[in-house]
Amino acid sequence: MAVKVIIPTPLRPYAGKQESVELQARTVGEALAALTTRFSELKKHLYADDGRLRSFVNVYVNDEDIRYLQKEKTSLREGDTVSIVPSIAGGAKIAY
Amino acid sequence: MTGAVLKIREELLGRIHAHGVETYPHECCGALLGRDSDGLREVLDLVPLKNRRNDSPRNRFEITPDDVRLAEETAREKQVELIGWYHSHPDAPARPSQFDREHAWPWYSYMIVSVQQREPRDTTSWRLRDDRSAYDSETVESVAHSATR
Repeated sequence: MAVKVIIPTPLRPYAGKQESVELQARTVGEALAALTTRFSELKKHLYADDGRLRSFVNVYVNDEDIRYLQKEKTSLREGDTVSIVPSIAGGAKIAY
Repeated sequence: MTGAVLKIREELLGRIHAHGVETYPHECCGALLGRDSDGLREVLDLVPLKNRRNDSPRNRFEITPDDVRLAEETAREKQVELIGWYHSHPDAPARPSQFDREHAWPWYSYMIVSVQQREPRDTTSWRLRDDRSAYDSETVESVAHSATR
């Protein structure tokens, strides 16, 4: 299936400065794999060392969070839009 | 230090400090809107946001994807860019923690304000290195008036 992946601003420098990328994929996992194969520098920002998506990386298929679908096994249809949306976290290290 | 500079009007910096005082002893957070031109950045507006970490707001902050989308939409409406984020470190130094680095995105500016006993102290700003190994600091240049709008 031809799908569109929307790249968030902080990752565009690692994706040829493109806002979106068209690629072929049947699932979200395939789409992300195809994306990181084409742009290998993206991988360390999307995946932790254990190979799982980083917790602050959120993936939506047409505005539906994949955590509430079948996660990376979520099926894609022709023309779907996959969006990578950041969440932002941090804080002082002092434990109270 | 990489020579990177983040300009911000005194009035906007004052609003960030006031936000940190208002939420003390909890961390405040928000979005920095502005322009990036060849790495030279200027903050032109802010989107103060709610810290969504209810379980540990004194030493953690979280901005949800919905709030990130709200900040992006606000930036589009104002015809500027979402260039980074600010948060406070209550009673802690204005330096990024290991937790900050593990959760950081590249490219964004991360401004940190140390708030000691309700008083805003140091303000610093940081960008994550490409290889995620560390942050590089950028100079926060407080200006009386904005050069661009």
